[in-house]
Amino acid sequence: SAPEGLKQTPLDALHRARGGRMVPFAGWSLPVQYGRGHLESHLHTRRHCSLFDVSHMLQTRVYGRDRVRFLESLVVGDIAELRPGQGTLTLLTNERGDIVDDLIVTNTAEDHLYVVSNAGCADKDRAVMEGRAAELRAAGGDVHLEVSGQRAAGVQGPSMAQVLQAGLPDDLTKLTFMTSTATTVFGVPGCRVTRCGYTGEDGVEISVPAGRAVELAERLLGCPEVWPAGLAARDSLRLEAGLCLYGNDIDESTTPVEAGLLWTLGKRRRTAMDFPGAAIIMEQVKEKPKRKRVGLTSVGPPLRPPAAILGPEGTPVGTVTSGCPSPSLGKNIAMGYVQAAHSRPGTTLTVEVRKKQHPALVTKMPFVPTHYYMAK
Amino acid sequence: SARKFTDKHEWISVENGIGTVGISNFAQEALGDVVYCSLPEIGTKLNKDDEFGALESVKAASELYSPLTGEVTDINAALADNPGLVNKSCYQDGWLIKMTVEKPAELDELMSEDAYEKYIKSIED
Repeated sequence: SAPEGLKQTPLDALHRARGGRMVPFAGWSLPVQYGRGHLESHLHTRRHCSLFDVSHMLQTRVYGRDRVRFLESLVVGDIAELRPGQGTLTLLTNERGDIVDDLIVTNTAEDHLYVVSNAGCADKDRAVMEGRAAELRAAGGDVHLEVSGQRAAGVQGPSMAQVLQAGLPDDLTKLTFMTSTATTVFGVPGCRVTRCGYTGEDGVEISVPAGRAVELAERLLGCPEVWPAGLAARDSLRLEAGLCLYGNDIDESTTPVEAGLLWTLGKRRRTAMDFPGAAIIMEQVKEKPKRKRVGLTSVGPPLRPPAAILGPEGTPVGTVTSGCPSPSLGKNIAMGYVQAAHSRPGTTLTVEVRKKQHPALVTKMPFVPTHYYMAK
Repeated sequence: SARKFTDKHEWISVENGIGTVGISNFAQEALGDVVYCSLPEIGTKLNKDDEFGALESVKAASELYSPLTGEVTDINAALADNPGLVNKSCYQDGWLIKMTVEKPAELDELMSEDAYEKYIKSIED
């Protein structure tokens, strides 16, 4: 059983039975990898498809007439423009313009917004959302939150569509990247399927009633295309895809501008300057930030956080925030923050690994091309 | 001579005054697929417990610590192209370095294979 204090997902016994090595992660016990190993699991996801337990992520439903106004008071995105069934990545910011969390927000075709938060940010996100909802209600607004008891699984990889279509009444060709539908999956009603993910591949995340999560997972894993994958593969896949890990690559000391996530700022929101930290963030947009998140590639010893990044004169210009040897590319990939003057792709910098200096090239991300299922 | 083990999961086996150093099967399993080996230069002088390099999987780096005091006389060049040898053959083809034995008495402080097996059981519980 899990060490004391760790939460278990409904798939806990399934992970153990399939050889998952369980580790603590953001207060949960989750598999880091299975018997076949990290490398094989990573490459299998790129070539076939993997099942990820993402039950640890916080799912919140926002109801009420003022739900859009409520959420827009917390995030930088244009939530009002989301069509029914459409979702987006957005950023929860504070008054200093720093990133409190990154969220997936979906305007469901039903009567609520569906918000997915990082597990590590669940408590603070809840506090921020509950606090603002109470304020809005006190001012006569109509909004209320419901923490969902549903759990979630990611199915990621090029054969996802073929695997999932067999168990879906809906036509998956109509469910494009960042759209979502409430449906029945392999006979399990009450699911929500959203075409999104954290690997750079085509994929979905399925929100499923907790009591039937095992049944759904077993059904998916019954297909030889689908292997279970753990946190280790999830991390190397997201890094190849150039996606940020909250707590490493973005946190409450980074702004959306420094993080290169300007695209998340809604056009209307920029003009209205009505999101938390807007004055600071829009000033940075105008003046250009002093430091920027960049991709790095290298050969030799892997670049790991918090390795120092040095400029041409050997002076520190930044820090690595994520890094690993890329299983797909056979070289090292990393993300980090560097002074803006050194952030142009093609710039050669130096990274210090175990007291030795190694050249690293500023490289455009994603490192591995993404394969999202985009609308034609 | 018979392999002796450290509590940091390195092994050493001494023949004609030269020790061959590697990591244990327990360590290679815990580390997972090794994709890069950082090893010292020949001639590096090490004290017992000095960090002498690292083995890297995709997920993490695992530092290596010298089991004895001595000087590095050889490194396993095959690991540069084939770091996975550490997983496939941690006690034979996947050895890491060879070193002199400056203080033979230090060998007596290391664990026998039996003692090491017991040690692993104790940390797994």
